[in-house]
Amino acid sequence: MAYLEMKQITKVFPGVVANDNINFSVEKGEIHALLGENGAGKTTLMNILYGLYRQTSGEIWINDKKVAITSPKEAIDLGIGMVHQHFMLIPALTIIENVVLGMKENKQILDLKRAASDVCAEAAKYDMTIDPFMETWKLSVGQQQRLEIIKALYRGVKLLILDEPTAVLTPQEVSVFFTMVRKLSEEGHTVIFITHKLPEVMQLCGRCTVLRHGKLETTVNINDVKNKQELARLMVGKDVEFSVQKTPAVPGEEVLSIKNLNARNNKGLPALKNVSFDVHAGEILGVAGVDGNGQSELVECLTGLRKIDSGVIRIMGVEIPKLAARTILEQGVSHIPEDRHRRGMLKDMSVKENLILMNYFKEPYSTKGFLNWKWISGYAQELCKEFNVKTPSIEEKADKLSGGNQQKFIVGRELERKPKLLIAMHPDRGLDIGATKYIQSRIVAARDSGSAVLLVSTELDEIMELSDRIIVMYEGGIIGLIDDPQVTREYIGLLMAGTRPQDSLEWMSPCP
Amino acid sequence: MESKTTRSKVLSSLSTASFPVLAVIAALVIGAVLIFILGLDWRLAYKSLLQGSLGTKKAIAESLVKTTPLYFTGLSFAIAKRCGLINLGAEGQVYMGGLFAAFIGLSFAGLPRYIHLPLTVMMGFIGGGLLGLITGVLKVRFGASELITGIMFNYIAIKLVSFFVTGPLKEPGDLDQTAIMEVSAQIPRIIENTRLHAGLIIALLCLVFFYIFLWKTTSGYEMRVVGMNRGAAEYSGISISKNVLLAMALAGGFAGLAGCCEVIGVQFRLFQDFSPQYGYEGLPVALLGNSHPVGILLSGLLFGVLKSGSNTMKMLAQVPVAVIQIIQALVIIFVAGREIYNLTKLLRRNKQLEKAGGMNGN
Repeated sequence: MAYLEMKQITKVFPGVVANDNINFSVEKGEIHALLGENGAGKTTLMNILYGLYRQTSGEIWINDKKVAITSPKEAIDLGIGMVHQHFMLIPALTIIENVVLGMKENKQILDLKRAASDVCAEAAKYDMTIDPFMETWKLSVGQQQRLEIIKALYRGVKLLILDEPTAVLTPQEVSVFFTMVRKLSEEGHTVIFITHKLPEVMQLCGRCTVLRHGKLETTVNINDVKNKQELARLMVGKDVEFSVQKTPAVPGEEVLSIKNLNARNNKGLPALKNVSFDVHAGEILGVAGVDGNGQSELVECLTGLRKIDSGVIRIMGVEIPKLAARTILEQGVSHIPEDRHRRGMLKDMSVKENLILMNYFKEPYSTKGFLNWKWISGYAQELCKEFNVKTPSIEEKADKLSGGNQQKFIVGRELERKPKLLIAMHPDRGLDIGATKYIQSRIVAARDSGSAVLLVSTELDEIMELSDRIIVMYEGGIIGLIDDPQVTREYIGLLMAGTRPQDSLEWMSPCP
Repeated sequence: MESKTTRSKVLSSLSTASFPVLAVIAALVIGAVLIFILGLDWRLAYKSLLQGSLGTKKAIAESLVKTTPLYFTGLSFAIAKRCGLINLGAEGQVYMGGLFAAFIGLSFAGLPRYIHLPLTVMMGFIGGGLLGLITGVLKVRFGASELITGIMFNYIAIKLVSFFVTGPLKEPGDLDQTAIMEVSAQIPRIIENTRLHAGLIIALLCLVFFYIFLWKTTSGYEMRVVGMNRGAAEYSGISISKNVLLAMALAGGFAGLAGCCEVIGVQFRLFQDFSPQYGYEGLPVALLGNSHPVGILLSGLLFGVLKSGSNTMKMLAQVPVAVIQIIQALVIIFVAGREIYNLTKLLRRNKQLEKAGGMNGN
């Protein structure tokens, strides 16, 4: 009998069936992948198992006993632990304080020393040496994640759910993390690995359960799977073209040049340190880096949304004035913002009203201050058709569209302006494979028609696939500029983690 | 994940339109229960309410007189709301509108009406608009909440009017009031032997202006963008400051017209406390009307009718006027309660989606 069995689980949210009659079982000691696109219902299913949600119907069996899990506390008592995408650690507390936090074994007076030696012993099993009295904020992201796992193990967890654990890690951290997961499985722990990344499934897992649109697609042995295309087909339901068709770049004149740019973040701390680079017409410059290393601030400086402290930004040779978003946009700059809900769209306006956001004050969108709704309607209809935006009508509130279609109309609106410089930040974050590939191909098409493209993404695969040159950002500076297509992802991964390789590597030109 | 059924879509759009109606009906039902508990005849009460407000030509005219200022202050609140602002300073702006109108209405004797009257109305708009603009400047320049400064300016404006009508503008005699406005500055009556004046036409024109401005012009589009998502406004290069100033000036102007029309259309004098809280009453009008011109047209009328019928109700059915105030309050509670309900539902849904869909970016 299986260690864990979830039988006919259905979960209905108002208006949405998130899980539809799902049967899911896991053997003791295996690493089991739960694969599916965004919104396929993976996390919902696991939240039910962890007691965060109650299923609408269905049963959960552990070790042949039917259980009712109504809270994470009960889940932990049953030996089920979960590590979330966003860590549940308190940065100001020490490691050991975080580990014992909320444990019912705690007495009135905490015996942290004893707990510390227990935790160190536990960590040592996984080749982790920790200083239990160090404050948690000093840990790297990868260390924090491993701490979350140790925390779960210390609570006697036998079944560990990992929710997209690699999303925040550099490639090096991923391989350390994989070693730990394999060790866990050898020790007899069971691991459920939620992901939408196919190579990781192939590399790490024994079996894989695929969800699609809230339904169980299949459960397969990874050994029986020929290649990742096969997995992708199961996940998406149709054949997937993996690579974007792309010819070598033909760089033209310099469009964007940045010299010694310095700026601060919202907390007033230095976020950009002497950043210099340039982008030419007809090329895609990829900006790689772990989230939060100054990419957002860089893009905001370029688009007039953030004050710069010093430095010069030139677009088509013209120095752009500080803080004048409209002037910059009118220079021929298009911007696909990182968070479409925060900046890119107006959720309570119709699709049509959203599409004129950048041009409403120009002819023929408006004449003498009055909007030409008739003309705009025709224009909006064409744009939706050209950019494959699926909407019942152009009068529909933007809010009602799916994330992919929202992003498509934003991309459409920005590309339709025929930008000299396109700044795209996470253009396909949270989208399914189909929409992602479509948007990527439109960005490549924009490059081919002569736009200079600055592509910012934390997905290294995307950067490597689309970019003609790559810069890597680390702690607000540019740690490396790469224009050799043969560079490995491991090398870029090292840069992303802040390790600057020896300067003797000839294909790498470090920036000051 | 977000595929909604057509059925629930239809239901939700239906409920947006019908909800205010339901809120009013529910409030009236509770009002009836209340009257019943008081030991009075609720049927007689509502009958006399309708009779008093719509029973005769004169009653209808009087209801419309009560409705006119509510249109103005409703628009005042609504235009600020459309720009993401809350104008609680409308009461003060009403007073400033009345004061500025009085300045012009009391002088320039002998000026022809076609010059004097428009000039007076314009000054009423400017008086309120200036106060709104100052509130906006404080917001843009110093980040002062328009909510707080607006309320504080209410006191200043009311005291300023008191100062003028007890001092510089005081008519000789015992009463603290100005002299009668010049006839050439008075708004003509539309129906003879009633108090219904052409200010209603100005109010209706303002409703039309409100619609055309917000939905047909580029400036109105900008204002709505600012009101809906400031991040998007910055991103597209729309000036938030400019729109905040414009919205506050227009909001003040609308409220100023309410005061102006009251002074030169109904009372013909300026005196202390001449506005029975018109500024605050605009809030429920705009709220119930969802800050939409048609909504304001209907909800303004409703509140006007309730107000004008309440005296008859008191006389014929012995129901205290306070009951009408309770009914009005209930309408507001229901509408505001729904807003709160929507908000919490949205928050909860977002939270669930976040958990369920992982990195959906919602």
